[in-house]
Amino acid sequence: MTPPAMTSGRGALRAVPARYVPVLVTACLFVAMFVAGGVRYEGFAGGQVILNVFVDNAFLLVVAVGMTFVILTGGIDLSVGAVVALSTMISASLMAGPGWPPYLVIPLVLLIGSTLGLVMGYIVHAFDIQPFIVTLAGMFLARGLCYTIGTESIPIEDPTFTAFAQTRIDLFADLWISPSVIVAALAVLAAAYVLHYTRLGRTVYATGGSEQSALLMGLPVGRTKIAVYTISGFCSALGGVLLSFYMLSGYGLHAVGMELDAIAAVVIGGTLLTGGSGFVFGTVLGVLVLGLIQTVITFEGTLSSWWTKIFIGLLLFVFILLQRLFSARRRP
Amino acid sequence: MAEPEPILRMSGIGKQFPGVRALDGVDLRLLPGEVHALMGENGAGKSTLIKVLTGVHPCDEGTVELAGREVAFAGPLEAQQAGISTVYQEVNLCANLSVAENIFIGREPRRRGRIDFRRMRTRAAELLARLELDVDVAAPLSSCSLAIQQMVAIARAIDVDARVLILDEPTSSLDAGEVEQLFRVMRRLKEEGIAILFVSHFLDQIYEISDRMTILRNGRLVGEYRTSELSQVELVAKMIGKELADLERLHGEARVFDRPLVEARGLGRAGAVEPFSLTIHEGEVVGLAGLLGSGRTEIARLLFGADHATTGEVTVGGTAVSLRTPRTAMAHDIAFCSENRKQDGLIPDLTVRENIILALQATRGWTRPVPREQQDELVGRYVKALRISPPNPDHLVRDLSGGNQQKVLLARWLILEPKLLILDEPTRGIDVGAKTEIQRLVAELSDGGMAVLFISAELEEVLRLSHRVGVLRDRRLVADLPNDDALTTDVLLETIASGGRA
Repeated sequence: MTPPAMTSGRGALRAVPARYVPVLVTACLFVAMFVAGGVRYEGFAGGQVILNVFVDNAFLLVVAVGMTFVILTGGIDLSVGAVVALSTMISASLMAGPGWPPYLVIPLVLLIGSTLGLVMGYIVHAFDIQPFIVTLAGMFLARGLCYTIGTESIPIEDPTFTAFAQTRIDLFADLWISPSVIVAALAVLAAAYVLHYTRLGRTVYATGGSEQSALLMGLPVGRTKIAVYTISGFCSALGGVLLSFYMLSGYGLHAVGMELDAIAAVVIGGTLLTGGSGFVFGTVLGVLVLGLIQTVITFEGTLSSWWTKIFIGLLLFVFILLQRLFSARRRP
Repeated sequence: MAEPEPILRMSGIGKQFPGVRALDGVDLRLLPGEVHALMGENGAGKSTLIKVLTGVHPCDEGTVELAGREVAFAGPLEAQQAGISTVYQEVNLCANLSVAENIFIGREPRRRGRIDFRRMRTRAAELLARLELDVDVAAPLSSCSLAIQQMVAIARAIDVDARVLILDEPTSSLDAGEVEQLFRVMRRLKEEGIAILFVSHFLDQIYEISDRMTILRNGRLVGEYRTSELSQVELVAKMIGKELADLERLHGEARVFDRPLVEARGLGRAGAVEPFSLTIHEGEVVGLAGLLGSGRTEIARLLFGADHATTGEVTVGGTAVSLRTPRTAMAHDIAFCSENRKQDGLIPDLTVRENIILALQATRGWTRPVPREQQDELVGRYVKALRISPPNPDHLVRDLSGGNQQKVLLARWLILEPKLLILDEPTRGIDVGAKTEIQRLVAELSDGGMAVLFISAELEEVLRLSHRVGVLRDRRLVADLPNDDALTTDVLLETIASGGRA
């Protein structure tokens, strides 16, 4: 989404640049689902349905934004779900036990998440180990740490947290969102800015495009790789805080499999798993599509919730095939 | 004419790799505003010299002076900052970014921390205009042709006030028009006083663009010459480094070959070797001569089905066949002894017997093991016939000398009793004694009716063994000469140098 191409694109007559195609496909899919839902179900076609998707998935969106950075460099971060759970657990236990105030707890949790990401990024870079295995280790570590804190779910009764959980921010015409949605939206905007207008962001794309070339062009590839895992760690911790708002509890079994949801959202959003191509905006669409599938199944009423997984599975198949065709065509 | 002071002077450069002396006392000087060709066969040390210059490898001996000051770079980035930029054969850019970004990434113009795309595009367009290129700088690099990508790499290289520009085989994937475009850019840079070090296997291009050249052979300096004062024949002779003596021929009296075994018609593979036609008769030894990288191995790989041909057809014994995989080629009794016996052929931790029996076993399939007595019988026969030493089939292959390893590889293919045996550099890196034995063996095999395609960098060897010699140049089969008394290494050199136009 380099701005030049956007400003110079005059109208729809010009052919759409190839890199926007996957995002457009996702956008069309989303619109089609929404229209189909609106035709089929009573009360579906309102704006609140979409806003509810955001409300219910704000934490996933934040986590997926961090994952977008990692996948854009051609890496992967499997630890995010576990870090989310660890964050809820640390927040809940610190507030329930010693009674720490939220303005101390939240920064601490964000710091822990970022540090975990930093360490994993450093290992990936310094020892040249596949991110898959490093973050897998990070996943087990973080998940295990949850249970050293406690094996039971810890409720959160802090007034600030409950306020965050219950506040409705009214928009126009009976539409409302939660504060978490605003946090998630800020995260998306910040990520988009960093990716498109800063050296770090462009180096992320360059590294994903060709790590070897990026090195030979004298770019700080190592620093960038460490940075993206740190960002992902930070986003996971932030997602964990948002999930604590949403659940009002800390539990070691929160966010099981969320890393896979986040990866699915990024891929459905049109980001190439090999790196170098994709947009944060696509990730937003990916999360929306995943959320809308859940909504549709709720509206349908008769279908079990496992159908969500089945649809996500099918969608992923379609999208990875699409990516394959897409990247095969680009190769000479 | 007074020569200007060299901008770059490398003297007495030596570089030792484990087991190999890659460079030994090499001098190189570059004058501002000249195109200097670095010549030598593959493995002569050109790449190593460039890597030493740009700091990829530290040099063990000698000094590098840039504009009179002694320098030693810790890496390509440092060299670039000092004004020595390199453009590699493979375009090292990010195809997913725009043209402008590829030129400027890492040093983008910024305003208050934000990348100033507008200024970046303007400057990129100016820079490309300096190279007489008109490209949409906002377009992704992947939408540009290879030649344009190459120019973008050059634009990136010269943006940092380059004083020395190294072009490492930039033309190998360009077509004629694109090469012309590149040369225009090179001439323009030359006028601006930039010293260009140019590496290419294409002799015509060297003679078109370069002012002077430095020739390397086996890691040693052969000399520095003005291009205008050195003929192509002399150049090739200096690169190969053989006194042009004519040796006796191994094969006996000229025989008549009238039973074509393998015929290739218009066979070619885009980017590897241009379409060629070649007929190999039964009992005939066809030699392939040409510089390294001229397409010799590519022809062999096509005939063995290791690469897919993009054009043309092959007939074996009169019927058209499709050689899609080495297995189909083996089914048609074609065997291929590859150039790189360590990498592609022998398994060093298996014994001589196991290595020899491997190909035979592969053709039978794993469910039908070769009986032990038959193994012993076959292996014993070939160990004796090829005089493999030590003559113990249970010896590990890695303990054998290079020449004996080569014989083991030969034995592996010979027990298949192929009709066509392709030998790619079978005598490289082995001692003289083993060499003559392998040559003698080839002659015997052809007397016995086997056709042999013999590839060697050594022209004398090709001449001694072959009944016919195909000459390759720039990935094209330029001549197909009968090996009679008129054919000497001089004639071959002449043909390689002139491209068969003489």
